[in-house]
Amino acid sequence: MKNLITAGFLGREELMRLPGVPAIEALKAKKSLAFIECGEEIPCDPCRSACPRGAITVSPDVTSLPALNTDLCNGCGTCLAACPGMAIFLVDIGYSETEALVSIPYEYLPLPEVGDTGNALDRSGKAIGKAVIVKVKCPESYDRTAIITIKVLKDISLEARHIDI
Amino acid sequence: MAEDLVIIGSGPAGLAAAVEAARAGVKVTVVDENASPGGQLFKQIHKFFGSEEHQAGIRGIDIGYRLLEECHLAKVKVMLNTAAWGIFHSSGNATTVAIKNKNDSLCSLDTKVVLLATGARENPLAFPGWTLPGVMGAGAAQTLINLHRIRPGNRVLMIGSGNVGLIVSYQLKQAGADIAAVIDIKPEIGGWGVHAAKLTRTGIPILCSHKIIEVRGLDKVEEAHVARVDREAKSIPGSEKLFKVDTVCIAVGLSPMAELAWSGGCRFAYLPELGGHVPVHNRSMETTRNNIYIAGDISGIEEASTAMEEGKIAGISIARSLGLLKNECAEELIRNKEKNLSALRGGPMGKTRKLAKEKLIRLFNIC
Repeated sequence: MKNLITAGFLGREELMRLPGVPAIEALKAKKSLAFIECGEEIPCDPCRSACPRGAITVSPDVTSLPALNTDLCNGCGTCLAACPGMAIFLVDIGYSETEALVSIPYEYLPLPEVGDTGNALDRSGKAIGKAVIVKVKCPESYDRTAIITIKVLKDISLEARHIDI
Repeated sequence: MAEDLVIIGSGPAGLAAAVEAARAGVKVTVVDENASPGGQLFKQIHKFFGSEEHQAGIRGIDIGYRLLEECHLAKVKVMLNTAAWGIFHSSGNATTVAIKNKNDSLCSLDTKVVLLATGARENPLAFPGWTLPGVMGAGAAQTLINLHRIRPGNRVLMIGSGNVGLIVSYQLKQAGADIAAVIDIKPEIGGWGVHAAKLTRTGIPILCSHKIIEVRGLDKVEEAHVARVDREAKSIPGSEKLFKVDTVCIAVGLSPMAELAWSGGCRFAYLPELGGHVPVHNRSMETTRNNIYIAGDISGIEEASTAMEEGKIAGISIARSLGLLKNECAEELIRNKEKNLSALRGGPMGKTRKLAKEKLIRLFNIC
């Protein structure tokens, strides 16, 4: 994980090796899937217990990287707010012919509102295209971590991980 | 009349120990020099890592409220604004804790057992301009934003990319500050990747192999000069960068606050992996002086989650030593907490700490 430990974000190849990151075919086949960007073996497993469908395993140890079973995941997003590392996203790659949805754990106030627009930022913080907020969810069970959903062009949906409003 | 147990420090280790001991029937008094209990927990507004048994996913501040409630229910006495400044062995088996109480008068508490849960302090870093107003410890900035709700500045340079530097940068951003950059003299980020990734995706650069050269300003911080370093940590000519900032935070590690253990005559070991000089202790968290126990960062710099597990082990061991818990029962409880600790020190990121803690216990046995 050289890029992660020297620059602070996962490189594309590092990312695609992770057991929590779904293959592109699985993303195309499902409406929406968790995208777990957890790349270091730290002692942590709230994502596993948060998933109501048992789609996430952290095994054999609590330090093992979380693995996603794409058949079981239905993209409910419960794990996004449960992850203390805010490292889980939700990607709906087939939202429309040209657009995709990306849900992001978000803890800055004021929360954005549906319809707000801004730049989609990639993992390095670089602006890579336009983003529109289409959903903002912050029920009590999320414990003050909001989940915001942005609409972006399909070809940047695997890169867009923040919105600069 | 002597107390059963005096705990110095009401952070996660001290409070967790107080609850375990008091539940077993130990009369517990906690003293803390601060105006409110909880240590650093109430500054930890982020969700904690770990497993369910470590209260993972819950914010530190809420773990703090839970602990205070448990202390209240277990009838733990907490003396605030009370500074402990010495440990003395009095006649018989008792230990005397010298304190300065809230009225600034000096007095003492005689107790059968003392637990030192004094925590750690931030390491300083000296560079030209470090005394200018606006240069502060990252922990100080975190206290300002999360406890006092005061933002120390609008544009911040963070020195140090350990978890403290990364988390406090994130929280300063949450408080509305811009983070110009996080720099680290080492070639690799010190803290966890997930904490780093939360910053980088918002556009905050993390610059490894960079060091602070100088902070300038007329009567407060106005700009920070940073340069890239070579393998010997020498700055590379021509690589200088200038950041217009009003705040420079220092997050270059913590050192155990172990003065009271020195004053109590405990044996020490020097283990840089644990933050420097730490009292050696056994599995029960007892030091080389009978009836002086330690838990939390004083016994090696780790995290609040490990501090609480160590505190619980200390609380259970103390209850056993006072005859309030049967040995088999205490052993079972301790083994369970040891399992939790071992999980928290698991994996490649925890290996150095795990080995150092094991060494500390081995050193106790040969002291």
